[in-house]
Amino acid sequence: MKAAVVVFPGSNREGDMARALTQATGRQPSMLWHADHELPAGTDLVVLPGGFSYGDYLRCGAIAGRAAIMDAVRAHAARGGLVLGVCNGFQILCESGLLPGVLMRNANLRFVCRMQHLKVERNDTAFTRQYAKGQTIEVCIAHGEGNYEADDPTIDRLEGEGLVAFRYCDSAGNVGGEANPNGSRNDIAGIYSEGRNVLGLMPHPENLIDALVGGTDGRGLFESLASAA
Amino acid sequence: MKARVVVTLKSGVLDPQGKAIEGALKSLGVEGVASVRQGKVFDVELAGADATAAKAQLQAACEKLLANTVIENYQIDL
Repeated sequence: MKAAVVVFPGSNREGDMARALTQATGRQPSMLWHADHELPAGTDLVVLPGGFSYGDYLRCGAIAGRAAIMDAVRAHAARGGLVLGVCNGFQILCESGLLPGVLMRNANLRFVCRMQHLKVERNDTAFTRQYAKGQTIEVCIAHGEGNYEADDPTIDRLEGEGLVAFRYCDSAGNVGGEANPNGSRNDIAGIYSEGRNVLGLMPHPENLIDALVGGTDGRGLFESLASAA
Repeated sequence: MKARVVVTLKSGVLDPQGKAIEGALKSLGVEGVASVRQGKVFDVELAGADATAAKAQLQAACEKLLANTVIENYQIDL
């Protein structure tokens, strides 16, 4: 598994992401700059990390979504290459057209930073093979704009084609209600592209890879990816 | 040439910021406010003087960057 992490001005989770990838794959990812035009030859996975690219100016992820490197990321995705976007990375994927919909201001207008349980919707993708279908995992969230919205036909398509990757739930696995931290439609925490080779999610699995700092439920995602290519 | 681009949320899209502003206005005693929707204004200065070309340039700017047409409408005033 050859991974590359894209760094934009204002990204701040690239170090955590690199650590998680190195732990799972045994090799350090390449770090790419937003102004680069090409991915390193043989790249299997491109990761857009969390942070506040371009200071969240205009809309979260709007300017990064149009950065030079994104043409290469789009071409990689079109070839069936794996792309992972976490938090601001998810926002960038939506703004760049790689994923449908948009992440709006949290319904309660508050930045939420806390532990969060998620339900794994399916385990037959490159991102989730090491989890069980329906498994509840505990990771963390830290965002002010994670409220997933899309028009009704798009939501119906995501649901109908099994493109919802993770949903917000409580520790017992009950989806939604109080467990939805931001007002997301259908309690959506993450979605796949049509080919299930692009995943965007608001929570941070890369921060839950070491028992010393809160848990290891995030490891499954990176171990799945490590065994995918 | 000076132009103004106004970007607003499509009707039906939830606007929690607008709702918060609406609540604040009511709590300040500003009467008669039925609802508030928040949007963005861009004042753009264009090098050319041709209105048709300017409109096309601004339309491209809106489609490419200024508006997210999934949730937003835009209006161009020259």
